[in-house]
Amino acid sequence: MPIVSLKEVAKSYRKGREVIDVLDGIDLDIEEGDFLALMGPSGSGKTTLLNLIGGLDNPTVGSVVVGGQALGDLSGRALARWRSRNIGFVFQFYNLLPVLNAQRNVELPLLLTNLSGAQRRKNAQTALMIVGLDDRASHKPGELSGGQQQRVAIARAIVADPALLVCDEPTGDLDRETAEEILDLLGILNREHGKTVIMVTHDPKAADHASHILHLDKGQLVEQAA
Amino acid sequence: MSAIGLVWPNLGRKPVRTALTLMSLLVAFVLFTYLRAIAVAFTSGGFGEAGIDRLVVSPKYSIIDPLPINHQRSIATVPGVEAVTHADWFGGIYQEPRNFFPKFPVDPEGYFAIYSELVIAPEQLAAFRDTRTGAVVSAGLAERFGWKIGDRIPIEGDIYPKRGGSRLWEFDLVGIYRGRPDDTDPGVFLFQYDYFDEARQFGHGGVGWFIVRVGDPEKAAEIASAIDAMFENSINATRTATEDDSQREFAKQFGNIGLITTGILGAVFFTILLLTANTMAQALRDRIPELAVLKTFGFTDGTVGSLVLVEAILLCVAGGALGIGLAAGVQGFLSVYLEPVIGPIAVDWPIIAQGLALAVLLGAIVGCVPAFSAWRLTIVDALRERQA
Repeated sequence: MPIVSLKEVAKSYRKGREVIDVLDGIDLDIEEGDFLALMGPSGSGKTTLLNLIGGLDNPTVGSVVVGGQALGDLSGRALARWRSRNIGFVFQFYNLLPVLNAQRNVELPLLLTNLSGAQRRKNAQTALMIVGLDDRASHKPGELSGGQQQRVAIARAIVADPALLVCDEPTGDLDRETAEEILDLLGILNREHGKTVIMVTHDPKAADHASHILHLDKGQLVEQAA
Repeated sequence: MSAIGLVWPNLGRKPVRTALTLMSLLVAFVLFTYLRAIAVAFTSGGFGEAGIDRLVVSPKYSIIDPLPINHQRSIATVPGVEAVTHADWFGGIYQEPRNFFPKFPVDPEGYFAIYSELVIAPEQLAAFRDTRTGAVVSAGLAERFGWKIGDRIPIEGDIYPKRGGSRLWEFDLVGIYRGRPDDTDPGVFLFQYDYFDEARQFGHGGVGWFIVRVGDPEKAAEIASAIDAMFENSINATRTATEDDSQREFAKQFGNIGLITTGILGAVFFTILLLTANTMAQALRDRIPELAVLKTFGFTDGTVGSLVLVEAILLCVAGGALGIGLAAGVQGFLSVYLEPVIGPIAVDWPIIAQGLALAVLLGAIVGCVPAFSAWRLTIVDALRERQA
């Protein structure tokens, strides 16, 4: 059974009087444990597709089922709760809270759980250890390099142990060497920790780290490559 | 760290902006605390239990019309009256106008007999009685000006010149009294009425008001009516009231203090509200992507909105607490100058509670719009803005 299943998914936005079709007739199954790269030119709908899979947005038409849960059946509050348990997000610009140190940034998703403070701190330490930054726990984002900040963001994404990581241009703001380190880390999380990874990227070299590549153009899947 | 623990670090995000906002709030709440304390002092009378058995007999039509001292004998005959004494407003300037304190010519023994809460050593009271140019002052006044017994204190008589036209009055300090039971300093300079009446150029035989001690405070209204009835058809008609009521009447002559203070505070807090609301709106704009990220982790719209609202309330309460604390800490400064005029001034718990409640209300008002915006924020739009 696929971990992600999209059926006849379409997404439109209204901009003034104009209706913009971003995605059209997407059928897609992603298997558990896959590392999928979504590629395509700007405006092709990659990020929109990622947002639908991550439960950040709703399709105009069609159904999105993730981990056996039809996301369209969930209320806003239930969807938020579902996200907190099932999805880890990694963004291009890290989106760390600058006033919190690395440890506390990683702890953020756990604030919604029933874990004790001590358990939260322990889990955050473990996540930081996995990304190789346990010695930077007390550093604030401004005291870390771009690559280190993205590692903290990845630790934050995995700290609640979600099955699925959705990554929107995770290397888009990094130099080549650092990007390779981040992609290697995502590969480790995929292979050794069993995370399903869906990554939007413009960069073919980044996409080479994935086990599958999907190309989107004008809102439609145009090619699947293994 | 808890979800609410996210709020405090956010206040430290822009330290200069937060500090300036806190300073504005601090100033506003210092003003609030002082003006409330002044308004309360003006309207409460301020003599408390000590003045419960005292009536003040004033001129009916104007406080600048003196009453003849002969009224004293008549008042003493009214049933229920235990003692009568008198005082007058001398005005006067010590060195310069800003050194203001009330100066009353009084009958030494009569005055201290009625104001039993004023404590003076018997030998000093005797010296006051026996020294024609003698004066006694409160301990607070003595401390304020560094006076000690034996000093000669010159006062310029701005209302009352002396016979011959000189305005220089000189008094010999023969005693220092204290207020009890709570050490409230009356701050009044007292000197001999007989000397004053004999030496002044005009107004002989007149006094400003009489103070009456009654045997039964429950009959105070009845006795007051009897006194006023006695002089009803005289050219020196009287108006008699309890000491607290009399002070309220006196305060009313300055205007409606409650309305004035409310007006000032309204203007101050309206300005502060705009300033703080602007700060919160800026703070929200700076953090839109972060709030969106919190929502991606599963923070609900309500939780994110609440965090913003709590932040606004915390900011206002912190500023309010600093302002109230500062005002309470230096209330002695205010008391020295104003207590002699309007009675005891205190930053008490009701004023502190009102201030803190106002701070919470202010925070809720300035935080509600940013909180609503945060609540409505959609993740996709906010993250798209970040990437644009």
